[in-house]
Amino acid sequence: MKKFMLDLIVKENKQLNNQYSLLILTSNDDLPEMLPGQFAEVRVDDSPNTFLRRPISINFVDYTTNELWLLVQIVGDGTRKMCSLKPGEILNLILPLGNSFSLPENKTDQLLLIGGGVGTAPMLYWASYLKNKGFEDITVLLGGRSIDNLLQLEDFAQYAKVITTTEDATHGEKGFVTQHSALQTEKFSAIYTCGPTPMMKAVAAYATEKNIFCEVSLENTMACGIGACLCCVTDTKKGHVCVCTEGPVFNITKLKW
Amino acid sequence: MVDLSVKLGKLQLKNPVMTASGTFGYGTEYCDFIDISRIGGIIVKGTTLRRREGNPYPRMAETPSGMLNAVGLQNKGVDYFIEKINPVIKDIDTNFLVNVSGSTVDDYVITAEKINELDNIPGIELNISCPNVKEGGMAFGTSCPSAASVVREVRKVYKKELMVKLSPNVTNIVDIAQVVEAEGADSISLINTLLGMAVDAEKRKPVLSTITGGLSGPAVKPVALRMVWQVAQVVKVPVVGMGGIMNATDAIEFLLAGASAVQIGTANFIDPTVTVKVIEGIEEYLKRHNFSSVQDIIGALEV
Ligand SMILES: Cc1cc2nc3c(=O)[nH]c(=O)nc-3n(C[C@H](O)[C@H](O)[C@H](O)COP(=O)(O)OP(=O)(O)OC[C@H]3O[C@@H](n4cnc5c(N)ncnc54)[C@H](O)[C@@H]3O)c2cc1C
Ligand SMILES: Cc1cc2nc3c(=O)[nH]c(=O)nc-3n(C[C@H](O)[C@H](O)[C@H](O)COP(=O)(O)O)c2cc1C
Ligand code: FES
Repeated sequence: MKKFMLDLIVKENKQLNNQYSLLILTSNDDLPEMLPGQFAEVRVDDSPNTFLRRPISINFVDYTTNELWLLVQIVGDGTRKMCSLKPGEILNLILPLGNSFSLPENKTDQLLLIGGGVGTAPMLYWASYLKNKGFEDITVLLGGRSIDNLLQLEDFAQYAKVITTTEDATHGEKGFVTQHSALQTEKFSAIYTCGPTPMMKAVAAYATEKNIFCEVSLENTMACGIGACLCCVTDTKKGHVCVCTEGPVFNITKLKW
Repeated sequence: MVDLSVKLGKLQLKNPVMTASGTFGYGTEYCDFIDISRIGGIIVKGTTLRRREGNPYPRMAETPSGMLNAVGLQNKGVDYFIEKINPVIKDIDTNFLVNVSGSTVDDYVITAEKINELDNIPGIELNISCPNVKEGGMAFGTSCPSAASVVREVRKVYKKELMVKLSPNVTNIVDIAQVVEAEGADSISLINTLLGMAVDAEKRKPVLSTITGGLSGPAVKPVALRMVWQVAQVVKVPVVGMGGIMNATDAIEFLLAGASAVQIGTANFIDPTVTVKVIEGIEEYLKRHNFSSVQDIIGALEV
């Protein structure tokens, strides 16, 4: 897919709570086509500490309103700057980058999307995409430390059955996503997950044990995002491959997990 | 019209802007953003005789106004370049130079011999300065006798433009530059990355899997400028300057300090169109100062 460097306009910055913002970006031109699982490299200027671009997942795209959504968690200077943008300000992005989740084979497949913390970001677009393609049996399992880490629950509910876990029992079942009762009581034909590495590894172990198709979205640190620097590699059965071009989405059978 | 072309040893460049090895892939990674044939020269990523997997992840740490990398020359080997990459880049109208690295003098020589056979590749950049590999690489570029021996042996087999890339991790860059020139280098490029380190205080661990890595970006620019200046003072062969160039002004500073051409590295990650902007910016500068040719500003620093 052709990549673009674009100046997008901040239409809205919805502060979800003190840790997370939803940035709604738009453009005077039509936004390019983007696929679920892909990401953007966002430029954050004005600080020597934010020299490189920040990789951020495509959270949602609405072609009718010409909107691109980014879900951002504040962890440092770059994300703090992004979360303090005001309507009308300009954000420079390179997109769309990386590969995408693979479409399941049958419309009746039981699909499970698991997101941990800000790892839910790519899952919203994926859930809406699947629903639009006619997939009906979609479950989204979101996990977080506390209720404040569960994001976009109402948005997800438009496309999928939503179930949750929190470590402090403030929402849904208590514990980690892999401890949710649905994983024992229900059958799934495919699992897609993004979140902290220990969580994804636990999900991958579950999928391997049950012999379920499973894709994970990796968040390796990156410099270029376009396959030029070879900084973002993950170790696969084929050797080192770039997460920014051959990923971020990988089938777990390809990884050395 | 101002004349942007420069002569670099045996090479004629349409303009003095090149891309630095390891930061521009094989050029094709940037085709969505710019017409890469506008660039004066493209140095492709570090190539070795045999395939190398490179160092384990994490290989990158962001630092104030720069970054550390420890890629460790991951590449599929020179034969892969010849069979798979060269046919793709062959018809692109710019100078592609292959950055050659090795663990032994023989590795360098055999790799250079193979590339000498490629009609469309007008030169190599001999990397005797990679800080991210255990053997070879920087070890060759940090002592005069070893730098001399690798350049001497490669010169025997390599007939086209032989650019030698120096390491800044030395006490006296001028000594190395003079040795390399004496052994027959056609041009000298500098600087490769500066050896550095990053620590994660929360985890009490180094950020890089290799503990140390190579620093690049604007953080190294003053050091790079100083070294380019010192080397350009003493050698007769053309000097190619790099280290932290982010815009046309940075590039012009290197030209004034004595570089006949520049390479742009890390800046490509932040702005994939930076090379074209630098070319246009140099042209604008020359017009504004009433110079008819970029030659007029090379080494024109008034001291
Ligand atoms: C493909 C991809 C998609 C991503 N999608 C999103 C998203 O949708 N929303 C979102 O909020 N974040 C996302 N991230 C993570 C985001 O890129 C980082 O949080 C951001 O770059 C941090 O920048 P900063 O300047 O705020 O913090 P920094 O000061 O750069 O870092 C703060 C702390 O976070 C750590 N850190 C930074 N980047 C990473 C990383 N990639 N992995 C693990 N630790 C890291 C640093 O080591 C440091 O301890 C994604 C990352 C990748 C690679
Ligand atoms: C990710 C990365 C990979 C690099 N790989 C190579 C390499 O393979 N061979 C080489 O000679 N230099 C390599 N370099 C060094 C650059 O070519 C250049 O000398 C250095 O980065 C300084 O220039 P800059 O500040 O413009 O990036 C690499 C630099 C970076 C950042
Ligand atoms: S981030 Fe540069 S190759 Fe992936």
